[in-house]
Amino acid sequence: MIVAGETRSAYFLQEEEKRIETHTLSVLVDNEPGVLARVVGLFSGRGYNIESLTVSEVEHEKHLSRITIVTAATLQVLEQIKNQIARLVPVHRVIDLTHIGDAIERELALVKVAGKGDHRVEALRLAQAFEAKTVDATLESFVFELTGTPSDIDRFVKLMTSCGLVEVARTGLAALSRGKDGL
Amino acid sequence: MTRQMTGAEMVLQALHDQGVDTIFGYPGGAVLPIYDEIFQQDRIRHILVRHEQGAGHAAEGYARSTGKCGVALVTSGPGATNMVTALTDALMDSIPMVCITGQVPTHLIGTDGFQECDTVGITRPCTKHNWLVKNIEDLPRVLHEAFRIATSGRPGPVVVDIPKNIQFQTGTYYGPKSSTKSPGYRTSAYQPQLKGDEAAIRDAVALIAAAKKPVLYTGGGVINAGPAGSRLLRELVKLTGLPITSTLMGLGAYPASGPNWLGMLGMHGTYEANLAMHDCDVMVCIGARFDDRITGRTDAFSPTSKKIHIDIDPSSINKNIRVDIPIVGDVAYVLEDMLKVWKQTQPTQDKAALNAWWQQIAVWRAKKSLGYRRSKDVIMPQYAVERLYQMTKHRETYITTEVGQHQMWAAQHFGFEEPNRWMTSGGLGTMGYGLPAAIGVQAAHLDALVCCIAGDASVLMNMQEMSTAVQHELPVKIFILNNQYMGMVRQWQQLLHGNRLSHSYTEALPDFVKLADAYGCHGIRCEKPDALDDAIAEMIEVKKPVLFDCRVANLANCFPMIPSGKAHNEMLLDEDATDDAIGSAISAEGKMLV
Repeated sequence: MIVAGETRSAYFLQEEEKRIETHTLSVLVDNEPGVLARVVGLFSGRGYNIESLTVSEVEHEKHLSRITIVTAATLQVLEQIKNQIARLVPVHRVIDLTHIGDAIERELALVKVAGKGDHRVEALRLAQAFEAKTVDATLESFVFELTGTPSDIDRFVKLMTSCGLVEVARTGLAALSRGKDGL
Repeated sequence: MTRQMTGAEMVLQALHDQGVDTIFGYPGGAVLPIYDEIFQQDRIRHILVRHEQGAGHAAEGYARSTGKCGVALVTSGPGATNMVTALTDALMDSIPMVCITGQVPTHLIGTDGFQECDTVGITRPCTKHNWLVKNIEDLPRVLHEAFRIATSGRPGPVVVDIPKNIQFQTGTYYGPKSSTKSPGYRTSAYQPQLKGDEAAIRDAVALIAAAKKPVLYTGGGVINAGPAGSRLLRELVKLTGLPITSTLMGLGAYPASGPNWLGMLGMHGTYEANLAMHDCDVMVCIGARFDDRITGRTDAFSPTSKKIHIDIDPSSINKNIRVDIPIVGDVAYVLEDMLKVWKQTQPTQDKAALNAWWQQIAVWRAKKSLGYRRSKDVIMPQYAVERLYQMTKHRETYITTEVGQHQMWAAQHFGFEEPNRWMTSGGLGTMGYGLPAAIGVQAAHLDALVCCIAGDASVLMNMQEMSTAVQHELPVKIFILNNQYMGMVRQWQQLLHGNRLSHSYTEALPDFVKLADAYGCHGIRCEKPDALDDAIAEMIEVKKPVLFDCRVANLANCFPMIPSGKAHNEMLLDEDATDDAIGSAISAEGKMLV
């Protein structure tokens, strides 16, 4: 039980709570016009960060979309973000996958490299090492498709910069919790 | 009930089915079909305003004074953009309002058509929810859902944007009850939680019972919980004997004449309320949100207390201030359960400690922090509010305000005994709110005395609405505390900017008595304290709208005050407010704050 006047208030914990953490939120929403704008507008309006954002309809008959957001904030602000999203009218549920722990997180990237000779050979060899698919090839270029965690993709892209990297397109994060339960 | 009708007819039918008797609006091209329907019926009274912002604030006043949903109707483009301030105001103060806007026909949306704007885009961040209705089949369902969203959970404003061609189209109307059968109906994700968690309520009761220095800090949520909210709060105070303070928005939930009343808290709150907040060991926040005007410096806010927070909006909890026992639920439901637990468990309170606490409070009260220097020659603004209160307290009186010093003096010196009698712009601080809000209140309470305590600067922001009051025979009394300054701006310039009064003096104020004459209402001017009572009596007696030009001491400032960046126990009182004290009251860091 909480006893009056016994401990000091929660503010004195603030210092240790100033640590910024990166969390992945999964949000189930009605797929209706403007719903993404509501979520994104909430982040910009209240000064929260969006590091990655993925959205698509997932259940057509029920008109449900899933939005996966990666955001960085203190734990207190993360709690606020969750509560603020949850109070939007079309939002069904919000969960913090990072808080639940050990979620499956994947991203897809298309990576275009151009070059000749050694660069080209090296690019292909690295792509094989990362198990990237070659989805387009010309005499002077490749487009690789790679699926993995964001850090896998970061590493691949970094390596490709020395093999004639032209451009990258990334989907942003898709994530689900492990085990039998859904959102 | 299902029936074939046009979109415009559906709007009127849905308003009627939702129990709406009065709407505030202004016509224009994109709402003409709806106005045509208004013309052909007499179930719903339409109050024609002079500017759309006025319609919004009038709807807010109507809503706040009745507990019902306010309704506004405006056209597309400028009609909608003029409504943005009122929508934001209603969002900040949790006022239920349905705003219907016209829109260009669907085939012209996106073409930059005449009087087109992205209404749902513009109003998305300033509404609780909004809809653009692009199919006639959706219209009845959306209209009913709009009322449900606006009035349930934490109330707020919603916008329904209806393109003109949809207003002309014919479709099937579904009533509120049969709306679940309408095409496209899905169970809404929005289902606010009303009942609080039982374990948390038990913990809260035990914590309150064991407290040695408790305080109740209540807000607008009590009033939004309906008459039961205030009734149960009063019962809780009686049962526990706790001292109680309230935010600006919560005034009237507990009577100002009640023995446990400490007065309002916060930046211009009383000494006893703020020190009780600072020194308490248990704080019970009921339907308030730890706004910066309440907390002052957050890292020094009530450092030794355990905090209980009752709020229907989970996002209010731990937003600004960390609390120990959060209870998400409707204030009335939670208070009812708390009282039940208290009566069942019959906890024993530490009477000796509570007596000592009340003795401490008595010492703080003895400071008489609302005191001011009296004058026989000029009307002190505080005196004007006091006299207005004394001369109207035996009546059914509703008070609205504009924003500034006069607003704080009204909150400090007018005693509110009942909920829903006090309408003010708290969160957004909208100058121009009070006059149209008074019109909305009067439209709902035709026989009551409705008085707007105004400042000379604020009142000019929506002065055009006097014409509305005259047209609709709404005898609102606009009691202007005229000091010829934007008083609060000037006060802050004195505090922060070395008394350099940049543009806070209004050099060319209109003659308010002549202005009253021009509008066809009644003008009164009063310049001397001994003439004030007679002048107020005249204002009350006149059956017309009144502009009352109350000339008050020009340089009076509003105290007590917690300067920006300071804590509750660092208040500046009137008696200590020398020029030097004012000039150095705010630190360099505090100057950054608003």
